[in-house]
Amino acid sequence: MDLLNTVLQGVLVGGLYALFAAGLSLIFGVMRLVNIAHGDLIVLAAYIAMEVIKLTGLPPLAALVFVVPLMAALGYGLQRAVLNRTLGGDLLPPLLVSFGLSVILQNGLLAAFTADSRKLDAGVLETASVSVGGLSIGLLPALMFATAVAVIAALQFMFYKTALGRAFRATSDDAEIAELMGLDRRRVYAWAMALCLGVVAIAGVFLAIRSNFDPFMGPGRLIFGFEAVIIGGLGNLWGTLAGGVILGVAQGLGAAIDPGWQILAGHVAFLLILAVKPRGLFPRMDG
Amino acid sequence: MTQFTLSRATLASRIAGLVALVVFGGLAAAPWWASSAFLHLAGEFAVYLALATLWNLLAGYTGLVSVGQQAYVGLGGYITFSLALFFGVHPVLAIPLAGLVAALVAVPVAALVFRLSGAYFAIGSWVMAEVFRLIAAQATALGGGSGISLPASVTKALGGKWLREASIFWLALALGAGCLALVYLLLRSRIGLALTAIRDSEVASTSLGIRIGRVKHVLYILVAGLTAMIGALISLQKLRVSPDAAFSVNDWTAFVIFIVVIGGIGTIEGPILGTIVYFLLREFLADFGTLYLLFLGSLAIVVMLAAPKGLWGYAAERFGWSLFPVGYRITFKD
Repeated sequence: MDLLNTVLQGVLVGGLYALFAAGLSLIFGVMRLVNIAHGDLIVLAAYIAMEVIKLTGLPPLAALVFVVPLMAALGYGLQRAVLNRTLGGDLLPPLLVSFGLSVILQNGLLAAFTADSRKLDAGVLETASVSVGGLSIGLLPALMFATAVAVIAALQFMFYKTALGRAFRATSDDAEIAELMGLDRRRVYAWAMALCLGVVAIAGVFLAIRSNFDPFMGPGRLIFGFEAVIIGGLGNLWGTLAGGVILGVAQGLGAAIDPGWQILAGHVAFLLILAVKPRGLFPRMDG
Repeated sequence: MTQFTLSRATLASRIAGLVALVVFGGLAAAPWWASSAFLHLAGEFAVYLALATLWNLLAGYTGLVSVGQQAYVGLGGYITFSLALFFGVHPVLAIPLAGLVAALVAVPVAALVFRLSGAYFAIGSWVMAEVFRLIAAQATALGGGSGISLPASVTKALGGKWLREASIFWLALALGAGCLALVYLLLRSRIGLALTAIRDSEVASTSLGIRIGRVKHVLYILVAGLTAMIGALISLQKLRVSPDAAFSVNDWTAFVIFIVVIGGIGTIEGPILGTIVYFLLREFLADFGTLYLLFLGSLAIVVMLAAPKGLWGYAAERFGWSLFPVGYRITFKD
């Protein structure tokens, strides 16, 4: 029963990792950009949520009403002002510029909020749980997982059923032809980044409710998201969810053996899958 | 018929070579004329110069942007300490051994991370470094998460205070100058021609018969070994290893990337100029703490956007400078 419980908790945490990963997967799909600052943006969202809550007194999840549009606007601006200038054939500029952004965000947050770790208080939601057949399911992890499923379903719908999604897919396939058809690739990229940071906002708030956060947590979150993307297979959003779940379960099992093994077990699972299936479990596109 | 001559050296490069020799000679004698604070700073300079030169060789020429070179810095330190503590190996001898062991470790690591391409390679290499750090934190014999200091019995093997400081400085100087010389000679060789071709166009170099995959693989392993030797030296400079410091992504990769980007990626001179700029900035701005890092990050972004080839690349393009020529010049006689 303990084992089953560990696996179940791992699956639910996997939802959070899928939230970390979904935005990463989206912008890679649309513009082949790997944003090294992705994790730091998740942490930024957590701090913005903290400030919004201070100002309005809203509960954390309700604060999303402000945090999501704020982060989306930031994404749109960031893409238009900085990241669009780095996109071209060359791999280095986007990578190095987003690496610089990552260092700026970490130290900016450190200067603004000190290194103290913070947490968002979601009250009774944090401890509430339901018992199902002897297994105890926390309300917060369950909500996190349900949100991940909903976000991925929404992204999937947007990608394949809406005009914006068509623009994303067209630009992803061939940006130049897409421009001949009247799309402005810079704006398409900016919308993709806006959407990505909207998802990042949700991930940031859940992260902040679930555990302590500090300015230097970003790179770790980036790595979890990245592992989920690679395990699931590039370009497959549902695969990303599966990747998050596998990572969560591996970490849970590792922690059950020895607390020091939690993160390491996740990395080992990732490396094993990379060794056996280098394109991930459910690949849809090539890197 | 037009007559022409083919040359590599220029007046500037001859002067640069001479200056480099004089500086090297002067520095080699530094333990006799300089303070220990200077030796310490110069040793640190040599470490960053070597790390930047090696990272540039990978990223600037083969497009292997690694955010995980701290894996080998830390590995070198940990191997050195293990050899010294458990096998009684002399710390100086441990440096080349650390390089060798790390190069062997890099073989399976490369087999894994090379499955990821482009930007995903960057993060994959970072995951590897994290794996190394977490394993080091589990090594209770080496102090686990809090690390371990080199006992006095081992440091005594390096001699008294003066000799110890002098020999650690000499090792740093040798490694810094050695890495620079190696990269210079490598780039002037056949492999260098292949590397420069890969830098300029992978497609074109493949069509000329360059086996890109193999060149990248060999280079990755070579750089891993050399980086571990620098890591070994760093552990002797600090006389201590701990997982968080030895595998620090900020200290051993972020700063190194900023140095190369600001100085000029894909050139030999770039990392040298970048290291000088980095140390100047640090001397003047380090008191500002986090603001200094904010500034460094912003400077790197501005340079990347405004002058993607860095300060040196900008100057070289504008004025045709080349201090360490790796190509040939054709001069027509009439």
